[in-house]
Amino acid sequence: MNRPLDPAKAERVPTDWKNPQMERRVRRRYAAERRFRLFGLAAIVLSVSFLLFLLVTMVANGARGFVTTEVALTIDFPAAGLGLTPDRIKGPGGDLALAGAELDAVVDRAATAQYRADGPALFSDGADTIVRRALKADPRLAVGRARLWLPAASDIDTAAKADGTPLAEKRAQVLTDAGQLRTGFNWGFLSGSDSTDPTAVGIWGALKGSLLTMLVTLVLAFPIGVLSALYLEEYAPRNRWTDLIEVSINNLAAVPSIIFGLLGLAVFLNTFQLPRSAALVGGLTLALMTMPVIVIASRNAIKAVPPSIRDAALALGASPVQVVFHHVLPLALPGILTGTIIGMARALGETAPLLMIGMRAFIATPPGKLTDPSTVLPVQIFLWSDEVSRGFIEKTSAAIIVLLVFLLAMNGIAIYLRNRFETRW
Amino acid sequence: MPTLALLFLVAGLGLIAWLSGRVRAVAFRKVPGQRFSSLPRHHGSFAAMWTVLPPLLFLTVWGACAPGLATDAVLKTPAAAQLPPPGFERAAILSEARAIASDRHRTPLNPLATSLAPAYAVEQSRYGWIGGATALLLGLAGGALAFLRIRPGFNARTRIERIVMAGLLAASLIAILTTIGIVASLLVESARFFGTVPITDFLFGTHWSPQVVDPRNPGASLGAVPLFWGTFFIGAVIAMLVAIPFGLMSAIYLTQYASPRLRRWMKPTLEILAGVPTVVYGYFAALIVGPALRQLGVAIGIPGATSESALAAGLVMGVMIIPFVSSMADDAITAVPAAMRDGSLAMGATPSETISRVLLPAALPGVVGGVLLAISRAIGETMIVVMAASGAATISLNPFNSATTVTKQIVDLLTGEASFDSPKTLAAFALGMTLFVITLLLNIIALTVVKRYREAYE
Repeated sequence: MNRPLDPAKAERVPTDWKNPQMERRVRRRYAAERRFRLFGLAAIVLSVSFLLFLLVTMVANGARGFVTTEVALTIDFPAAGLGLTPDRIKGPGGDLALAGAELDAVVDRAATAQYRADGPALFSDGADTIVRRALKADPRLAVGRARLWLPAASDIDTAAKADGTPLAEKRAQVLTDAGQLRTGFNWGFLSGSDSTDPTAVGIWGALKGSLLTMLVTLVLAFPIGVLSALYLEEYAPRNRWTDLIEVSINNLAAVPSIIFGLLGLAVFLNTFQLPRSAALVGGLTLALMTMPVIVIASRNAIKAVPPSIRDAALALGASPVQVVFHHVLPLALPGILTGTIIGMARALGETAPLLMIGMRAFIATPPGKLTDPSTVLPVQIFLWSDEVSRGFIEKTSAAIIVLLVFLLAMNGIAIYLRNRFETRW
Repeated sequence: MPTLALLFLVAGLGLIAWLSGRVRAVAFRKVPGQRFSSLPRHHGSFAAMWTVLPPLLFLTVWGACAPGLATDAVLKTPAAAQLPPPGFERAAILSEARAIASDRHRTPLNPLATSLAPAYAVEQSRYGWIGGATALLLGLAGGALAFLRIRPGFNARTRIERIVMAGLLAASLIAILTTIGIVASLLVESARFFGTVPITDFLFGTHWSPQVVDPRNPGASLGAVPLFWGTFFIGAVIAMLVAIPFGLMSAIYLTQYASPRLRRWMKPTLEILAGVPTVVYGYFAALIVGPALRQLGVAIGIPGATSESALAAGLVMGVMIIPFVSSMADDAITAVPAAMRDGSLAMGATPSETISRVLLPAALPGVVGGVLLAISRAIGETMIVVMAASGAATISLNPFNSATTVTKQIVDLLTGEASFDSPKTLAAFALGMTLFVITLLLNIIALTVVKRYREAYE
């Protein structure tokens, strides 16, 4: 297009959209547009499919962790020479008598009698616990022969559910054909604690530790967080101190979690001499980490309450404290709760700071109180992921499923609260 | 006295104080023709606060110093004469004795601890009773004083509000205390570390092997440059190569192209990606991604391909950061005034041209701030690298090679069996200090950039 340079003489030539050069250009631009759009879609699809892949892998691995394999074993209790009678088991000191009986040796002998020399290798290390429990539940078993279903050893368990070693596969096949092997839901996984044998592990101990830790965190972080948000948002005078508080809260929210672990180690363990790996210390550490999250969420919720409500209350003679506690706080509460739940969910999934305060010990009994040594669910997952035994892979994934179920439930509640109670002013 | 029972007693006293304060206030309200500044329940609450708060404050202070007093008393007993001189061993025996005193069924390890346990039990219960009795007396005295002050002209409400305000201020000071605690603990321990290891050796040394520290020249094996490199390579290079394109493109798609319905579904889904605990990502990286990448590396003939590669940790970390980058970019793009976008579209630019030539340049400071925050989060991330990266400190540009990070080394150093004063554990605090300073700087820069940009459009 050759336009005259002098605008006065310019005769406006309409753009020739049909000219092949122009058409090519438009086509190229539209192609670029489609490409760009596709890239965007691909980015989202890939991110989401990674999430799906992760979930599917965990569920596929973890589903097996909820299944237990059991092998039948006939035990002749009178012949075992334990001296246990129903009266003794039921009577006082029965638990002690049961604990003293060498049931693991009894299991080994019975297994050798029934399945030849390598019989004991078929059964999990935790088999004698099951026998003990069975005897306690039904003391009459002690007077005769009893056929009990006992957890299988880890390699048989793997072979029965997925691909194991050729030898274990063969033995599992033989047992299945003889009707001596069955699989079922692994209740022991939900009620047990950590163990060295993957077939005997459970997550209740870790779950209880998590619940205790979260309790401490909530009791400390929620009130402190909400109160300081109220102060900063409603009463704080604008001065250097307030700025200092604000800056430190914003920074704390961005400090890596492991730094909080170092703080817990230096202050709670070394200065205050609190017990190592206790839920109390874990809760304290996570509370310091969660508090800034709650403060920031609460401040946003409080900020969203319109000033007209405060003005109306003040005009009717309410004192500043009454304005906040009677009007602002109830209206901001859904937002505050949403933020709190999200903060708690983050604390529940947190591992690194708890490793710093020694919560990585082998804990085989659920903690009874806040100062007992305990572990939490994410740390338990970390510990199991370090185990070499193959049986732990499915247990790790199963524990991950439990953790994710809790987190999804918490996030779901938060989203529900947000949608249900959120008011747009 | 058991703590729980004591707390219940205090709460009970508080309830009694509330009721009696209220009754007193109701009684003098019967006189007609008077105006009051406070309701009866304000008077009740005033009495209850004065009953409950002094014992609680006292118990907090007492809880901090009573164990020390009990230990002092135990050390004066004849059995304590055999204790080793002050140090780690002595502290261990004392803490075991304390444990036996509170839990009789514990199996003792050290006979000395067993002999000290009865004395401990006696002292603990003595100080417990002293503390409990003092707390109750304080409560009673406070309640009685408050009760006597309740008169018709007494403005209980303002008094309560003053206490409430003090509580609010105290709560917000905890944030400052936490910051001071972090800085102080890191500084003190790092200072002790730099007392034995020259700071230049630590910051510029290229050899890191804390397992074998030569006591004569500890700085020679505590040079942190390989860790800084690994952290930078994994967190700021590989992870960002994944997170920036994916996060940015998904933010663009969600804000500019997606239908409201898709947006409503996709944003929470991406939030789930952000909500998955890092230990799960770490397990995934170690179990699936690491071995797969090693096979890939071997297949394409890369020497030294390992399943604990920098690439595995970096890739998974990048995926973890995607939602974070996406939401920061989302905020930055939506903050650009609609007039700019509409103007560009009206001039005939296609949406993608509008985005890449108008929206993104305008949103750039916000996006850059978001990326800086993402980097600060990536280099502070711990569990993924603990589980998927290696412990060997090497400097290498090959992503299939092993690399280690600051956070991984902190965990490795502190979860060993070394005593607390060894250079190994102190080195962890020095690393923590470095990490804290770097993330703090990144956050400050990012927030300044974002803030300045926001002001430009408001």
